[in-house]
Amino acid sequence: MNPLQILRGLWTVFRSMFEKPVTYQYPEVKRPVRQRFKGRHELKRYENGLEKCIGCALCAAACPADAIFVEAAENTDEMRFSPGERYASTYEINMLRCIFCGYCEDACPTEAIVLEHNYELSFTNRREAIYPKEMLLVPVPPNGKPTPQQVPSGEFNRAIPEMQNPD
Amino acid sequence: MSAASLLEWGLKSVVVFVIIVGGFAYLTLFERRVQARMQTRIGPNRAGPWGLLQPVADGIKLIFKEELIPAQADKLLFLLAPVVTVLPALIILAVIPLGPPVQIAGVQYSLGLASNVNVGVLYILAVASIAVYGIVIAGWSSGNKYALMGGLRSSAQMVSYELALGLAVIGPIMLAGSMSIDQIIAGQRGMWYVVLQPLGFLIYFIATVAEVNRSPFDMPEAEQELTAGYHVEYSGMKFALFFMAEYGKMIAVSFIGATLFLGGYLGPFVDRFWWLGPIYLVIKVVALLFVLVWFRATMVRFRYDRLMAFGWKILLPLSLLNVMITAVVFVLVGG
Repeated sequence: MNPLQILRGLWTVFRSMFEKPVTYQYPEVKRPVRQRFKGRHELKRYENGLEKCIGCALCAAACPADAIFVEAAENTDEMRFSPGERYASTYEINMLRCIFCGYCEDACPTEAIVLEHNYELSFTNRREAIYPKEMLLVPVPPNGKPTPQQVPSGEFNRAIPEMQNPD
Repeated sequence: MSAASLLEWGLKSVVVFVIIVGGFAYLTLFERRVQARMQTRIGPNRAGPWGLLQPVADGIKLIFKEELIPAQADKLLFLLAPVVTVLPALIILAVIPLGPPVQIAGVQYSLGLASNVNVGVLYILAVASIAVYGIVIAGWSSGNKYALMGGLRSSAQMVSYELALGLAVIGPIMLAGSMSIDQIIAGQRGMWYVVLQPLGFLIYFIATVAEVNRSPFDMPEAEQELTAGYHVEYSGMKFALFFMAEYGKMIAVSFIGATLFLGGYLGPFVDRFWWLGPIYLVIKVVALLFVLVWFRATMVRFRYDRLMAFGWKILLPLSLLNVMITAVVFVLVGG
């Protein structure tokens, strides 16, 4: 209860009035997220446009919230979605269940599922909370072709890419 | 009473009401914006330009809220309490003149509802004390232990600080030699009473902060201990009335402080241009309100025993000392 201390406190508060506000005006100005931020999932593609996801459902097995549902179907060389035998014909993530832990990312053998930087996941009913494969899959890269592709036989037999030592 | 004077009184009453009700709405915005700036935030700026429609949005929201009356509540008192709390805040401004007397068509009009009443200061003290009944009734009738404790705290606090408040305003009364607000303002033509009564003004200010239950003396509604204190069971417009009472009292005590100590509507050239009077008064009131908000942004809540000790052991002796010194000097100088 030292009056001088009170005056010092008042002065500190008054001075901070003239500092720049730390607020981001959200819808207009978006604060960039951290590099390792875990936002909405994306299903990645290879350079040639093939999907990385091979429908193994390891992500669904790893998911602690049971948010992921995967159904696999057979690839053929005429109708090829991904390298190897199978691809995910259905891939759904329930965003109401997802806790954004990133275990699916860790479990994925082909690095197909990645938690990216989009955090604006609002919806107005429960059905919209289920993100189907079409919403999760990234667009076809510029020099790739959309799936399903017709490919020469024997070229994409290996489901999981060759592992390389990191540089 | 003639029709003309009825119209005059009606108009003045409307102005006093508009000052408190409109002032309440925009004081909330003012407080939120200023406090936000003090915390290096921006504050509400979405509703309308610079957030100017925010009070309207808040009001609409509160109107559409459900009005709950707890089953254990005393219904009549529960409904009466917000009214008893808000009324003093609305009528306390009646004795404050907003500007110097105006000559219109040869007739002199006073710019206050009853500023020539010869017990103006007494009226202020009396009306200000009524508000505590509303708070105690609200606390009691809610049938909630937190509300009851908030009500009890506020009554104890207001009783303690009202003594210091009453003694602080004795300074201006002695210097002016009158309890009439008009006389007190007239007495400040040479020099504002804040210069002659710095201690009195300080005591008045601290006591009013306690009187209107503002931080750091916001014991009755201490959120962390009592959830919301006496108005914990109130919702919707009944809650808004309590809110209005608190902010209305803030405005009222700022008006009173500006009038008793800061020369009211007095300022340069006010005798030549009467419309400068209200402008000067509003500037002084806003300055005092800013200090109230500033206090809230700076200080933490007092512990209850310290609050009581401060009121009885420091503020009350100081105000008595102030009265004594004022009286002695007044007699010696010969006033």
